Formats: sequence, C-alpha cells, structure tokens
Amino acid sequence: MKEITILSGKGGTGKTSFTAALASVAQNAVLCDNDVDAADLHLLLQPKVMESFAFESGCYAIINDESCSGCGLCYENCRFKAIDLHENGSYSVNTFLCEGCKLCERICPEQAVSTKVNNNNSWYISSTRHGVMVHAKMGPGEENSGKLVSKIRSKAKEIAKENNADFIINDGPPGIGCAAISSISGTNLVVLVTEPTKSGLNDAGRLVELVKSFNIPVVGIINKADINRTISHQLETFFYKNNISLLAKVPFNRQWVESMVAGKTIVEFAPESELSQQIQNVWKSITEN
Amino acid sequence: MSYKIAIASGKGGTGKTSVAVNLYHFLAREFTGNIQILDCDVEEPNDLLFFTEHKQGLQETINQLIPEIDAELCTYCRNCSEYCEFNALTIIPPVKFIQVNDVLCHSCGACSVACTEEALKEVKHSIGTVTNYDLGLGKGLLEGKLRIGSAMQTMLIKELKSRADSNCDILIFDAPPGTSCSVVQTVVDADFVVLVTEPTPFGLHDLKLTIELMKDLNKDFGVVINKAGLGSGETQEYLVQNNIEILGEIPFKREFAELYAEGLLGDHMSEDLKSDFIKIVNVLGQKILVNEGNYHS
Repeated sequence: MKEITILSGKGGTGKTSFTAALASVAQNAVLCDNDVDAADLHLLLQPKVMESFAFESGCYAIINDESCSGCGLCYENCRFKAIDLHENGSYSVNTFLCEGCKLCERICPEQAVSTKVNNNNSWYISSTRHGVMVHAKMGPGEENSGKLVSKIRSKAKEIAKENNADFIINDGPPGIGCAAISSISGTNLVVLVTEPTKSGLNDAGRLVELVKSFNIPVVGIINKADINRTISHQLETFFYKNNISLLAKVPFNRQWVESMVAGKTIVEFAPESELSQQIQNVWKSITEN
Repeated sequence: MSYKIAIASGKGGTGKTSVAVNLYHFLAREFTGNIQILDCDVEEPNDLLFFTEHKQGLQETINQLIPEIDAELCTYCRNCSEYCEFNALTIIPPVKFIQVNDVLCHSCGACSVACTEEALKEVKHSIGTVTNYDLGLGKGLLEGKLRIGSAMQTMLIKELKSRADSNCDILIFDAPPGTSCSVVQTVVDADFVVLVTEPTPFGLHDLKLTIELMKDLNKDFGVVINKAGLGSGETQEYLVQNNIEILGEIPFKREFAELYAEGLLGDHMSEDLKSDFIKIVNVLGQKILVNEGNYHS
C-alpha cells in the first residue's frame, strides 16, 4: 500500500481539483482530506457519511467569578495573553487565544480556574463513487489541526489495510506549518502542484525543503503553465536541480472551474479532453514510480 | 491608535496578497504615508515579492522557550511531565530517561512551575525571523518568516504583531489561508477584516466558514470578490441575501494573473485595474474616517 499526498506550499494552485481528478482514475484507493480547516474535496466527491465522530481538540480555561479574588496571577503568567482584565477588575479567558496548557489552573491560589474540553471538531468515514473517504470538519478558529490530520490519516490507513487498498490519496493543506508537517510525516510520495508565479515558485521552494527533511520523494505538476513561461521554465529548472520529476505541465483552463460548478471531477466532466488524458498519464507515472 | 485592517480568505489563492499589497500601495498614496503592512502569512510570506524596490532593514530572530532538564539535579518525580498538556516531556524514572520533544512543546511554561528542584530551565530555540523592509512608500513591511520545520506559526504571528509600529495611522495584516488558530491570531485585534473570495464553489464554501469565524469573533468585515466572472453568481446572491457588505469586485482578467505572476502590482497595473482597487480603498477610507470621528468625539 502506498500513501500519496498532494501539496503545494501556496494556496489555490489546484491541489483539491487534482486530488479529485486522480481519485476518479485510481482504482482501489482510500481518499483522505488533510486540509481540515478549509476542506473542499467533499464538494467534488459528495461523500455519503457512514460514521461520524467527535474530536477533542484540547481544552480551554474558564474562571469562576465567585471564587476569583482578582489577584491577577493568571493574567501575569499566561504566555498566550489569553486572560483579559476588565475595567471592573475582573478577569476572563479569551477562548480563542487559550491553548489549554492549564498553567493558570495550577497556579490559581483560589482554585477559581477550571478546564473545559473542546468538542467542536468532527470527522467522518464516508462512501463516495471513487471509494471510501475520511474527512473532517473543524470548528472555526480551532487549534490542533495537526492532531486532527494525524487522526484521520491513521484511520484512512486502517481502512486501506482492511480493504486491501493499493493507495491512499491525501489532499493536503497549504503552507508549511503544523498541519502541513502532520500531513507529510510518514507518507510515501508528495505530489507538488504548483503554478508559474513568483509566489508559487517561492512557496514550492520552502515546501520542498521541508519535505526533503523527511526524506520523502517528490514529483511535480505545473498547473496554469502558460500564465508565465519564464517562471514556468524556472520551475522546471528548480525541479531538475532537486531531482523532482515533472509529471505534467497543464495549461490554464476554465474547464476546471466549470467542473467544480457542476460538482464533478475534471475527468468526469470532460472525459475526452486533453486535460483528462494528462491526468491519466500522471496517475500512470505515480503508480509506476 | 492605529486603525487595523486584516485581509483573510479561508481558501488559499483567492488574492489576499494582491489585495493587501494594493491596499497598502493605494492607501499610502491616496490617504496617509503613515501606514505599515505586516505579512502574517509566516509559513509562505510573499508580500515582499510585490515591492520591487525594497531595502532590507533590521532582522530579528524569534525564539520559543523549550525546557532543558539537568539530569544531575532531576529527581525523576515526573511533575513536569504531568503538568505538560502537550505530551512534550517523557520521564521514565526506573531507567532515568528524560526526553523533551520540541515539536510538541507550546512554550507555555507549566513545566517550569512544576519543577521544584531547579532542574529545569527554559532555553531559546529559533522559530523564525521578523524582518523590516523599506518599500520607498509608507512605513514599510514587517515580514514574519517561519523557520522551515517549525510548527509554531501562531506564536510567530503574535511576536510579529507585537513589533508593529503602533504610531502608524493604519496597519495592514495579511493573514494566512484557512480558519484555524493562526488566522485568529492575525485578525483578533483588527478593527475591520477584508475577506477576499473568488466566486467558485470552493471559494464560497470556505468564505462561509470564514464568515462564521468573523461572527464568533465579533468582527466588523466586508467582502472583496476577486476573479469576478469566473464560476457562478452564487457568491453574490449569498452575500446579498445575508446582508453582507461587498466592498468591491475585481474582474477575472488574464492581464491581472500575468502581472501577479511577475510580482507587478500597484503602479504596474492598467488604469482599469487601478480604478477597481481605488474604489475599494475609498470604501475603506470612509470607514477609517468614521472611526477617527468616533475616536475624537
């Protein structure tokens, strides 16, 4: 079984559209949306939820006004500036900034601080027309997206083993922070989808450096390749220097957006198009890689 | 007090950076030179690419504090590891094993409160840099850049923002994509949030999530529709039905995509494109004036 993760560094280069397209040509794959805080893969694959689960994403503090003496020890010691001091001398917790470290609870001389567990995230096992999909919905502003990514990836692996699936296809998050690190660690192949813009090139460079630190092989796709031929060429040089095989150069095409509006993958929407042929070839190179 | 404008989006690649950079450019030109832009997309900062004539100023390394345990002084009581909510400390008394996992550590300081033997001290580990750039216009750019491999993006954003020039009339915060804690850290103290979307199903879906977050945070916000003409009219309909302010629209044009690719915005744009941005700047300018009026009265 081989685990493949689609990443980009920069957002909006086409990760989700390519993931869905590959899902529709892959046989016997489990799909997993690792972009948990702006998940979009379900818009193309319309999963039918079979099982849903709550995910506890850490906790946050609450101050009991009645026992609080107003000493301010929590306010002074909180490293996340999550304790607000009000004009009347009372204190409260900004739950959006609180990371649930419980330092305030432990040092409060009046035991006025307690902790509440956050249950604001859910994850699902679903069926789609292209196989089982594991995905999640994060509550807005939640932390620990990295842990949620690890959770759904390990479930996807379990299901892939049970079903004797040959592949897991992960739709990755943008960036190179905690969510990206959680989606890279332990995967077998990263498919870098990038675009010939200065930002695309810059961000791909940072992502590749991160992936290399995990010793994971990378293959590349240049999307919207005709937007800027000079930078497209620079990307090719960058791939070559970093030993990244270029699987496809895909021109800008409005059909991507049209297929999205239709709720279909590009291969379903325009099966006879050159684009779909390119997707078939990409999948072939990935499976033979 | 600076008027703080954050630019956020939910979905990546909708045009946050383009809008942030152009707002800076035209606000500085038409409104006040006393303006600074902060690149809070510290995982992939790109604002600098759009200012061709920049000069690097001061660069500061930002550190997080990570515990270091002195095995000589440690009594293996395990208090520190019990206090750590992030499982970053492993202590196994029978074999005198001590391990600190710096990727899991949130630098909260609970372990140093837990240790009564003075065996634990916190040492600095780099999470990235904050760099000042002169842009030849306005007060310049303050860029946060996450060290590759660090998972502490939210902390770096907080440190970056604490270094903003508070004497500026206007501060612009360019947010990372998504709706998680790093976005919250960017917008939490903003007076107004500009949400940049594209009228595609992905754009609308992620916009709705971001609007939910703005409402939870009690933020005043409006929407810029970038790449207008792509996709369907569903986004406009949704915004009108829900009484959400549309700050302006930027039509989908290949010209814009090509200029963006080269890092050429601001004065490099055609008069048509410029006027689309200047319209948005004027809408925001009104908000800033109203805010100042309230502040002085």
